[in-house]
Amino acid sequence: MKKEFSVVGKPIIREDGFDKITGRAKFADDYKFDGMLHAVMLRISETHAKINSINYSEVENDQAVNSIITSADIPGAKKVGMIKNDQPIFCDEVVVTPGDVLAMLVGEDTTRLRSALSKIKIDYTPLPTLTDPQKSLDPKSPLIHPELGSNLIIHHPLRKGNIEKGFTESDHILEQTYTTQLIEHAYIEPEAVIAIPLGQNGIKIIGSIQNPFSARKIIAAVVNLPLDKVQVIQAQLGGSFGGKDDTMCILSARAAVAAIKVNRPVKIRYTREESILESYKRHPYILNYKVGFKSSGKIKAMQIDILADGGAYCSMSPFVTWRSVVQATGPYEIENVHTDVRAVYTNNPYTGAMRGFGSPQPVFANESLMDEIALQLGMNPVEVRKINGLKAGSITATGQKLQNHDVNLLTVLDTATKETDFQNKWKKYKKDKSIIQKYDFNKPVFNNSQFIEPDQLIKKGIGLAVSYRGCSLGAEGIDAAACYLSIQNDGTIYLLSGLAENGQGLRTTFSIIVAEELGITTDNIFYLETDTSRVPDSGPTVASRATLMGGGAVKNAAEILRTRLEELIRAEWKLKAAEKIIFKNNLALITNHKSPITFQDLCKLAANRGVNLATIGWYKSPNVDWNEQTGQGDAYFTYVYGCQVAEVSVNQGTGEVYLDKITAVHDPGTVINKLGAEGQIYGGVTQGAGYGTLEEVTTENGLIRELNFDQYLILTAKDIGEIKPIIVEGKEIYGPWGAKSLGEPTLELTAAAISNAVCNALGKRFFNLPLNLEEILLGKKLRPVEVKRGSLL
Amino acid sequence: MIKLKFILNGKEVIVETEPSIRLLDLLRDRFSLTGTKEGCGVGECGACTVLMNGKAVNSCLIFAAQVEGNEIVTIEGIANGNELHPIQKNFLKYGAVQCGFCSPAMVLSAFALLEENPNPTEEEIKDAIAGNLCRCTGYKQIIEAIAESAKEVTSH
Repeated sequence: MKKEFSVVGKPIIREDGFDKITGRAKFADDYKFDGMLHAVMLRISETHAKINSINYSEVENDQAVNSIITSADIPGAKKVGMIKNDQPIFCDEVVVTPGDVLAMLVGEDTTRLRSALSKIKIDYTPLPTLTDPQKSLDPKSPLIHPELGSNLIIHHPLRKGNIEKGFTESDHILEQTYTTQLIEHAYIEPEAVIAIPLGQNGIKIIGSIQNPFSARKIIAAVVNLPLDKVQVIQAQLGGSFGGKDDTMCILSARAAVAAIKVNRPVKIRYTREESILESYKRHPYILNYKVGFKSSGKIKAMQIDILADGGAYCSMSPFVTWRSVVQATGPYEIENVHTDVRAVYTNNPYTGAMRGFGSPQPVFANESLMDEIALQLGMNPVEVRKINGLKAGSITATGQKLQNHDVNLLTVLDTATKETDFQNKWKKYKKDKSIIQKYDFNKPVFNNSQFIEPDQLIKKGIGLAVSYRGCSLGAEGIDAAACYLSIQNDGTIYLLSGLAENGQGLRTTFSIIVAEELGITTDNIFYLETDTSRVPDSGPTVASRATLMGGGAVKNAAEILRTRLEELIRAEWKLKAAEKIIFKNNLALITNHKSPITFQDLCKLAANRGVNLATIGWYKSPNVDWNEQTGQGDAYFTYVYGCQVAEVSVNQGTGEVYLDKITAVHDPGTVINKLGAEGQIYGGVTQGAGYGTLEEVTTENGLIRELNFDQYLILTAKDIGEIKPIIVEGKEIYGPWGAKSLGEPTLELTAAAISNAVCNALGKRFFNLPLNLEEILLGKKLRPVEVKRGSLL
Repeated sequence: MIKLKFILNGKEVIVETEPSIRLLDLLRDRFSLTGTKEGCGVGECGACTVLMNGKAVNSCLIFAAQVEGNEIVTIEGIANGNELHPIQKNFLKYGAVQCGFCSPAMVLSAFALLEENPNPTEEEIKDAIAGNLCRCTGYKQIIEAIAESAKEVTSH
């Protein structure tokens, strides 16, 4: 039977809401300190160049320049990285992508510092560039990091069954290539960080940092200090979506180097242009799929070859592409699978973690492919997914048996299709064909037969996509999280997790868990500032793992303290073992016993009896395993399932895709924070829709064209139609009361569902994201031939 | 340097400043009103929205000198002490705040809308916040919160 909750799953106002809605919440750029200086970055507009010399003589006596910071000022590691140490803090030997920073100027006035930058003379030799990832492994191509001997960042193979036998046994074989684009996180807050020197006590960092413990590790290595001398405090974070990780580690390290050298606080604050120029992005993928299937619709074999453009630095590419290799078939049980995923270096902007993390790309490919199989066999998209979809006890592509949780793939599929009357609409829209012929470039003028009645201009379509997603880090690494919880004598509570509030509502979710466990309300809980010196390292706040792992640790801490309070009651009232104590409505209720005691009185009593009411909670994930040669193993300890249905109107005259309605059905396990969960769905779907229809960072020989929001477009309130979130709470043995993941699953499906809907509307399939006007109308993207833009740095 | 006199959050203020700095910098650096945010600096994201004579404007596109004799309201001037404005209350009640970076500006755009049009349609709400980018929420709960605020305002 399902547990009756008092606070869990109820709409609770967010813990940091008051400060955020009144403008009092302090984001990194809102901090000022006495004597604080600013740093600006020295760059060259080159994609690949050897730096021969940098002459600072013109700025050495400049009044505006307090100090010049170069790699010679770095006391420790000059190159860093989350996985491979391939990224220099200052690139004063070679520039491998245009965002690279050669050095910094530090002073009081950024405007004057920026004009001083132009007086620095840089002598450099341009090197041959490599911007096509398909040429990365060509022996004739330049090496981005010659010391590594190859442009291959990582290769993940996966071998299951016998692929040749699978194709032989198939009635049909289909081969397709899909591509996805480079996109920007587009958090509205640009990067900012302040480093404050503490003398013998090291350095304090306050910044827009997604993962304070990752930042601490990198800063410590760069400034050559032990971890306890590097205190990292997370300011309120103005959006991240995976994006304020590597970049912020490096910015923090630069600020720290400068602050130690000048012995004053130093702030770095990026403009939007610098943010887009230097920060990493989502990997563009080239995905080749070959699928063999029976006339019955059963898939017998799938061969997948994926190439990811990692850009100039390794960053998170090995982990991003690892998730791809695990999930590349989509949520289908396939006997014979042969997958290769490679990430390679190029001189393009580097790519790393972004919400979805290696899943939106294969989901677009495999979900397009499923619809093509259905069309080829005269089936509908639901039937072919039901035939192949994962069920309880199914074996995944990695050879993992799905068990110990509700494998709700077909449940979310049924819920979404019933809710939207999918099959009827799909059939109706598919029949309704009066489509403009393809535009003929050789005959640029329309003839009469190509004109179309205005009422025929808009075509409606419906499409769906499903996915399964491994929760948390899986075989990427150690997976454990901590929580500090301390009850005060008056019953109020300090709470701090080792995971970070990135806007998703983690503080609220964790407060709800404590409140539920102790039978109190969330307004008695004060969430402390995220600070690496106050709570154990809990790994990064990534992979939609915070509720599952961090929430597990919070629940553990609350259980420990509740048990101590229970023991106190038992001793104080000499209770028998059979007598139960329930914490509810701010009371401790004792069965068959006298009047209850209030939580506040109980805490006072505990203080008087010397009971320890502070603790560290801990949650460690169950073990997973992985064979790197075969790509086989229990990749993740549990999974979540989702289905999204997109309903669109396509204007055949302009190529515009109107997003009429997206129905998003997700099984995230138990929902702790109702408002937060719905917010994740609305936000994830909207980001996913932007990925599907609009967003793209384009480059000209590695140089980004869209450096601000006048050219890099994200969806506004007017661009997204209705979103209907539906949550199916499947059973799960892990996490707090079986709560799992939601943040990323919401984003990974939308582009694929939209593409399938557009295909339903126009009868034409699209293979290349985004489905912007040119793609729909012309079947290709139009690009300006030179880098030109309205707003300059 | 020029001397400016204007009304800021209901109080007359006098400040000496370079005429060419942006209103955004004047508010953040000289008055420590950091609820006004810079997201893009080119008038696209709307995070720096303030009210100038009741209209929502991008403070990154306004020179300090332009505020002479005018009335400016920032997010810090919307709540009455710790008593939130109904729009603010509804933003919290409907879950319209996630990271919170765009929230002050969203509230001000909503405020300007409801002053001018107390009974807006959903399309009119979308129009009013079309210049305010939000990457977290997908706008849905923001639109709900503004619609609910309009209902409360008109029923009073």
